[in-house]
Parts: sequence; C-alpha cells; structure tokens
Amino acid sequence: MSHLILLPILLPMLTALLIMLPPVHHSPDRRRWLSMASTLLLLVMSVWLLSQTLTDGVTFYALGNWQPPFGIILLADTVSVLMVCLTSFLALGAICYGSAGEDERGSFFHPLFQFQLMGINGAFLTGDLFNLFVFFEVLLIASYALLIHGGGKNKTKAAVHYVVLNLAGSAVFLFALAILYGTLGTLNIADMAQKISAVPAEDIMLVKAGGLLLLIVFALKAAILPLQFWLPATYASASPPVAALFAVMTKIGVYALLRVYTTIFGEHAGPLAGMASAWLWPLGLATIVLGAIGVLASLDFRKLVANLVLVSVGSLVCLVAIGNTAANSAVLFYTLHSTLVTAALFLVADMIALQRGKAADRLVSARRVAQPVLLGSVFMVAAVSVAGLPPLSGFVGKLMILQAVDSGPAQIGLWSVILVSSLLVLIGLSRAGSTLFWRVSGQPANEDKAKPLQVFAVCWLLSASVALVAFAGPITALTQQGAVQLADIPATLSIILPAAGATP
Amino acid sequence: METLFACCIGFLTACGVFLMLRGRTFPVVVGLTMLSYAVNLFIFASGRLNLRGAVVLGTSDNYADPLPQALVLTAIVIGFAMTAFLVILAIRARADLGSDHVDGKLPGQKHAKREPRQ
Repeated sequence: MSHLILLPILLPMLTALLIMLPPVHHSPDRRRWLSMASTLLLLVMSVWLLSQTLTDGVTFYALGNWQPPFGIILLADTVSVLMVCLTSFLALGAICYGSAGEDERGSFFHPLFQFQLMGINGAFLTGDLFNLFVFFEVLLIASYALLIHGGGKNKTKAAVHYVVLNLAGSAVFLFALAILYGTLGTLNIADMAQKISAVPAEDIMLVKAGGLLLLIVFALKAAILPLQFWLPATYASASPPVAALFAVMTKIGVYALLRVYTTIFGEHAGPLAGMASAWLWPLGLATIVLGAIGVLASLDFRKLVANLVLVSVGSLVCLVAIGNTAANSAVLFYTLHSTLVTAALFLVADMIALQRGKAADRLVSARRVAQPVLLGSVFMVAAVSVAGLPPLSGFVGKLMILQAVDSGPAQIGLWSVILVSSLLVLIGLSRAGSTLFWRVSGQPANEDKAKPLQVFAVCWLLSASVALVAFAGPITALTQQGAVQLADIPATLSIILPAAGATP
Repeated sequence: METLFACCIGFLTACGVFLMLRGRTFPVVVGLTMLSYAVNLFIFASGRLNLRGAVVLGTSDNYADPLPQALVLTAIVIGFAMTAFLVILAIRARADLGSDHVDGKLPGQKHAKREPRQ
C-alpha cells in the first residue's frame, strides 16, 4: 500500500506547523519562501499521485491499517486526485499573490492557508462520510480566520454571516449522517453504496430524508439558489489571495454532490436512485439565471466576479443533475476551467483596484491605471475565457456542457439558459472592462506598479486556461476516464471491499 | 424512553432554530449551541437506545454500538471549537460594527456614513 495518498494532507499540515515555529515564524521572507516551496512540492506530489492513479487505477489507503468497511479510508481515483491537482495548482497562484505583500496585513496568513489546503485535500480524498464532515470543519475553521485576514468592517460583517450559516450547515450535516448511520449501519461511502440496495422498505423514507438533508448541506457549500446569499458578500470582501483560494470551495460542494449522488444514491439504489436530480436541475438553472442577473447588476468588479462563481456553480449543478458520463466528464473539465479563471479574475480585480486610487474596483470613472497594457491584457484573457468565447478554455468547457444533453426538453432548457447567460456575462464584462479602463478622469495615474510576483500569479492561473485548450485532447480523455471510473461502482467496490463481493 | 428522548431532541432543536432566527448575535450563538446539543443526542440515538449494553466483547449478549459514541465525541469537540470562535467573532463584530445585530445595524437604520474603501 502506497503512502503517497496521505501526503497531500500531511504536507500542508506539517508545513503549517513548521511555519509557526520560531526560526521561520519571525522572518516574513522565510515564511513566504517555505510556504511557496511547500505548495510547489504539493503540486509535484499531486501530479505524481495522478500519474500513479492513471497507471494503477483506483487505490485506497486504510488509515492505521484498519481495513474497510471498519476503518477510515482515503480513496484515490481519477476524480479525487484531479481535484487535488487543481487545488495545488490554484494554491500556488494564490500563495504567490499573497506573498507579494497581502500576507503581512494580518497574522498567521501562511499557516492558515496551509491548514485550509489540508482540509480541502482531505475533503477530496476521503472515502468516509464522517471523515468528510471532519475535513469540511478543518477547511471551514481555517477559512473563517482567513476571511477576516486584514480586518475591516466589511470582512467582519461577511464573516458573521458565513460562520453562522456554516455552523447551521454543520448541524444539518450531522443530522444527516446520524440518520444514514442509523439506517445503513455504516459511513464508509463504498459500503453505503453496497448496503443501499438492501434497505428494508420501512426505512426507505428515513434514508431519503438523510440523503436530502445532505443535499441541503452540499447546496449550502456549493451556493445553489436558495442558499447562495452568503456568497457574493463573502467572496467580494475577502482579501484577494483568500478569495482566489475560495474559488475552489464551492467546487468542493459540487464534488461532494457528485460523489454522494453517483456512488451512494446512484442507479443501483433502487427506489432511491436519482432522488437529487429533481431538485438539482431546476435549482441549477435558476442559479445560472440569478448569477447572470447579478453580473449585470454588480456595482463593483469583485461582486461581479463573485456572481460569475454563481454562474459556474449553476452550470456544474445542472450537469450533476443530468448525471451521464458525458455530463460528469464536462463537470470535471468545467471545474478545472472555472476555478482557475475565476480565481485569476479575483486577483486581476485587486491589481486593478490598487491602481485606481479611491475608486478601487467600483465601476465608476476614476483615474487611469498605471499599467493599462498589462492589466488590460490579463483582464481581456480572463474575461474571454470566463465568458466562453473561443479560443480559450471557457469555449471548450461550454461546448462540453452543451454536448452533454443531446435531446428532449432538457436540451432546450439548458441550451437556452447557458447561451443567454453567456450573453449576459459578456455584456456585464464588456461594461465592466470599458468602465475600468476607458472611463478615466483627468487625474494622473499613480506610480504604484504591480509587483512581479503578483503578475506571475495571475499569468500562472491564466496559463491554465491556455493549457486546457492546447492540451484539450489529453485532458478531456482524462476527464472522460474519471467519469467512467466514477460511474463504474462495482469495480470500485471490488477494490475497496474485496471480501464482501461486488454486488451493489 | 424513546418518546422522552425524541421529545427532548425535538424541543432542543425547536429552541435552537427559534433562537438562531433572532436578530442579535448572542441569541444566535445560544441557538447554535442548543442545536449542537440536539445533534449530539441525535447521533447518540443512531446507535439505538440500549440500556446496560456491554462495551467489551465476550462479556454479555447485549452490546452497545461504540461508533456513535466516537462520532459524538468528535462532534462535541468540533462544536465546542466552533462556538468558541463564533463568540470571539461576535464580540469583534460588536466592536467593529458598533452593533450586536447580525447585519451590523438595526433594520430600518440608514447607513450613517459610507465606509471608506480599502
């Protein structure tokens, strides 16, 4: 059994502890370099883990060598490892941006950032539902503290809402877990998948209630329509590297939806199969519409980007509701694209805001930015990508989404909503871009230039958008393989629970 | 016993939800605490209510399910930490925003002055 699966969780934790020790803690430079080096190492390790997973197929790591279904396992399949790779790629960009000076505006930025990475990686890798709850809490408590990094009224206000909502969400999560444990007698996701088909008839409604309570929790994390009100204020007020890292947090909710509702409540679940789709489909569509209206209505650029996150979440949720292999493959590709590009947009928004003086990122006329060519081009690339115009990755992603539904009323619904919302996003972004760069007042530009590390961070994240197009063939093959593996539950079960037989 | 236990959880949940919907941060914190008590009891019940169940194998025919107890312990620890954080955050919000309302101002109160942008 390879210990490699554990490293994406252990490495950030050890780094965080190391950063808090005196020789490192007292020197800002050492903190930065250690944090950046460790994140780079994390990226290398996740890519290594991905290549291992591609050659070996699904593998798992039994913590303390307690074999499943009794012990807690970490599960490495293509989907989870791909998400870990995405997180570490994103984290490297965010930490580089943070190291350009934002980290010194409050204490403990780097340790908290690493703890959050630990939580995120753990949530992706775990194969146990209660362990998922624990890693959710690890990443949440780090995110609470990161959200108020730097201080200020807006951040405190957003943090109160965010913390209270997430604590209520945790309570609902625990209710759901207790119901599922009481009826299925296990919390190992693979074992639950196996036992779900043998649920006695009188317990079906209880299991359904538990499953739908889980839906509420994941909808809250992913910010799906009735539970999305926290997102714009939270993301818009967080400090830029934190907002960039938060871009992956909604995707954890989507990932959990994907995992739970395909593995546990998948086609083999008898009367419980596909119970979430009926909710996810209309709510996903409504989230896209609401996000697109929000993009048009935003008065400052960061709120606009936060609403773009909503649009991407809505698209992903619709795909999860469809649930076929093409849709799951599109979910993976679009997650890679939308996470990295919205994160880059949060960073670009901050670079623009820093150079516009008092107006910051509000969409009003102000002094011109000091580096119009640089900021204009990164804005242009990010906007083209996020709006889904060719030639960048958003176009490929949207194409995959549209191809995932090929007939019937679902096609009419999804195609019209996605295409109209893309148009609205395009209008919103053009309006924002022309206001930010062209509606300038006569004041001279100030001399604050973007720092090289900030420019590197943005280019690093945007290079992913180019790479996703340049290597679209291999990457879609990878996401396709992930989707096939995710749907092939008997094969996964036969690896995790060989003794029990593979009859879900 | 089941009825009493269920009523107890239901009552705690109802109180918790009611308090959580209040406008000021202190009742919200108390409400969340009550909700987490209800959750802890509920998890405990998921292993079935079982009197005088043995914990050591081979000593009895009637065993208690050990897993919910482990889950409850984890949930208590996490809930405790989160509540502590929320209390500190609520105090800071009172200091930063000048009001203990969850929105930072009483409903109907106008923005006194626009906050300077950072």
